[in-house]
Amino acid sequence: MASEPSVDVDRAGGVPLVSMRGIVKRFGDFTANDGIDLDIRAGEIHALLGENGAGKSTLVKILYGLLQPSAGEILWSGRPVVLASPVAARSLGIGMVFQHFSLFENLTVAENIAAAMDQGLSLGAIAARVKEIGERYGLQLDPGRPVWTLSAGERQRIEIVRCLMQDPRLLVLDEPTSVLTPQEAERLFETLESLRDQGTAILYISHRLEEVRRLCTQATILRLGRKVGTVDPRSVSARQLAAMMVGAEVGEVRADAGPAGAPVLSVRDLSLPPASVHGIALRDVALEVRAGEIVGIAGIAGNGQSELFGALSGERPANAASTIVIDGVPVGLQGVNARRALGAAFVAEERLGHGAVPAHALSDNIVLTRHAEPGISRLGFLLPAAAKALAERVRTAFDVRAGRGDPAAATLSGGNLQKFVVGREMTRQPRLLVVNQPTWGVDAAAAALIRQALVDGAKAGAAILVISQDLDELFEISGRIAVIHDGRLSAPRPAGELTREAIGLLMGGSGEGAHAH
Amino acid sequence: MRIELVRRAHPSALARALAPLAALAVALALGALLISALGRSPAAAFDVYIRSQLTDPWALTELVIKATPLVLIAIGLSFCFRASLWNIGAEGQFVVGAIVATWLALSGFGASPWLLPALLILGAAGGALYALIPAILRVRFGVSEILTSLMLVYVAELLLDYLVRGPWRDPRGFNFPQTRLFSDAAMLPTFGDGGRLHLGVLIALVAVFVAWIVMSRTLFGYRLRVTGDAPRAARFAGFRPASTTLAVFAISGAMAGLAGIIEITGQMHQLRPAISPGYGFTAIIVAFLGRLHPVGILAAGLVLALTFIGGESAQIALKLPFDVTRAFQGLLLFCVLAADSLVTYRIRLVSAAGRPA
Repeated sequence: MASEPSVDVDRAGGVPLVSMRGIVKRFGDFTANDGIDLDIRAGEIHALLGENGAGKSTLVKILYGLLQPSAGEILWSGRPVVLASPVAARSLGIGMVFQHFSLFENLTVAENIAAAMDQGLSLGAIAARVKEIGERYGLQLDPGRPVWTLSAGERQRIEIVRCLMQDPRLLVLDEPTSVLTPQEAERLFETLESLRDQGTAILYISHRLEEVRRLCTQATILRLGRKVGTVDPRSVSARQLAAMMVGAEVGEVRADAGPAGAPVLSVRDLSLPPASVHGIALRDVALEVRAGEIVGIAGIAGNGQSELFGALSGERPANAASTIVIDGVPVGLQGVNARRALGAAFVAEERLGHGAVPAHALSDNIVLTRHAEPGISRLGFLLPAAAKALAERVRTAFDVRAGRGDPAAATLSGGNLQKFVVGREMTRQPRLLVVNQPTWGVDAAAAALIRQALVDGAKAGAAILVISQDLDELFEISGRIAVIHDGRLSAPRPAGELTREAIGLLMGGSGEGAHAH
Repeated sequence: MRIELVRRAHPSALARALAPLAALAVALALGALLISALGRSPAAAFDVYIRSQLTDPWALTELVIKATPLVLIAIGLSFCFRASLWNIGAEGQFVVGAIVATWLALSGFGASPWLLPALLILGAAGGALYALIPAILRVRFGVSEILTSLMLVYVAELLLDYLVRGPWRDPRGFNFPQTRLFSDAAMLPTFGDGGRLHLGVLIALVAVFVAWIVMSRTLFGYRLRVTGDAPRAARFAGFRPASTTLAVFAISGAMAGLAGIIEITGQMHQLRPAISPGYGFTAIIVAFLGRLHPVGILAAGLVLALTFIGGESAQIALKLPFDVTRAFQGLLLFCVLAADSLVTYRIRLVSAAGRPA
């Protein structure tokens, strides 16, 4: 505990800055939080760990005034408080950085901050404060830049600066590194450490255990709505932390892929102009994925990943038929269903709204990508019983935990819906699988299951292309890795010959980095 | 002080089922206020608008006749609206359907038994082609279909006006702006008391049934639900938005055009400058009050038909302008949309200090 001598605020007195006592939150007959205690002290970075569905988001929403607890109390510096709304939470000094940014693309940095402020400040005053905060915490931002020109890391900085404008005493961050390069993440850690040293309490929600062990001095672990315990994450291994989260040892993914076979997907001279003003052009993308291998594509969000996925899936036709070849058939101008008919399957990045229809039942979401199969529809009529049976099969095979009956996709946790969406494609036993961000925002246990499924799929002979921002994931499962930057794809190289640093440099756009070691 | 709409965690199924009835009740209450503001007794208005209509057999028949075009058009619109495409121009498609079919009726094909089916098909085709204009403009050039479909209503109405005053005017019609009366072979068979109920009533019922099957059982209905609820997911499913747009506009235009020629062949037997009291617009309310569900639309069509015949009686009995009826229809649409929003969201008043007031 006494590892930070520079911190003397509060800790000596022993009164935590915020103390959640016996928090209970029920939704109908479902208990999301069951008697949770959480103490966060000034000048400490406290991790909140747990699988999806463990109750992390509920607890954080209560702390930020978005939800009211069914029972329990919250003490602020020892005094009971009621957090009736985010405005009340902010006025106490609680700031929140959400996982998904809420920024207006066409507005500037300063305008975005002005839009979120409770009190009115002139744009000039905001710009000055942005500069001042930027210098103090190493959060460089140009207040006059429009948001659409910024990288994910810079966008996140806006959200953090937005919080820091209010001089928060407690800063809550939800999965903050999920969109950052390793280098950007390291800069974020330095910012958080400097905030901590100035006495700010930080609640850090993550499932990246190495990160938590690097940054946090306390970690509270939740499982199935209950608190498992609070530990010093540096005193236990990542495996032990993961075991506390899931209540069992997490199996390691076995990535012993066999020799690669014939090419299933060949991409040559794939160039596409941007689909929208803020889109990225694809430039001369070339790539080959063979049966039985997993090829990984690394890159920072917004460098053409979704454009590449759209071109490969056929949601947007390519520049010529011959630029995309599946199993010897030129499909560049074909739609997504023609490609599916050739044995291709696709998993989109966005689960809700792209890979699945949030308001529709799981069985209806089976129909979404499999409606052309004779078992699912006949002569234009749906066969609901077949779709239900298939949904049930996917749920069993991929351990999808969802409500009884045929619940709507939106009611599933992120991890469970992702398992469902991946399972929907894997149960087709595809010849080719293209996955964009397979485990984005997914808990450790679900991520391990999905990666294992991908590895097993390759072993069974599928050609698999994984687009991911998670380098650990790519190193874990891919045989070869390429990097996408500004719509250009580097030549794939065997994962064993690459280092994180080399890839990090390619992700940042400096090509010579690949040869630096 | 600020008003926030907060999404409900678990929208109540009961509230969702009762929302249209609640909307109707609130709209009636507001209508009563409107009537008293105009210096009439709400009780008398209730008597004229509703009670006397529902107790009089003649009015009940009239109710069914008026509901027929409303239901036909609204069924077509529900295909559009389900896919989140906004065809506001059913009134124009209704008129063009009537015009195109009338061309055949006036062109002197005697008593062929094929005349009537041909008229119905031509009416539907005319409406569909007219509705495809905003659809193609949207698909090709990204023009808002709301504006173009609405503006084409006025084009259609002026075309109708020109035809009945100009080239199609009945030479023996004492200069009245109307066409010749249709021959007997171009009139829909009638049945029921007084022979005023026509085949169109049955066609509307068949349309309700077919729409119900298509919406709930077919891949096409599924396609519309996905397109409306998650357009990106629809593209991912391989449902091209362009063909969806063209299909639903063609369907809704065909239904409106069919309603138009049914109105002519079943009721008026000739074209006049005004062949619709605004069925095409009122059908938008019918579609929403009926929850875009075919059976709901059937019920909602009867409710809105009541406002038409009640409004006609009120003009005579209470000396209230027909605009009161239009105002009430608008109130009803507003209440329906508000009730639907309040099922999904609750209103929270937040004071400046951030505490719910």
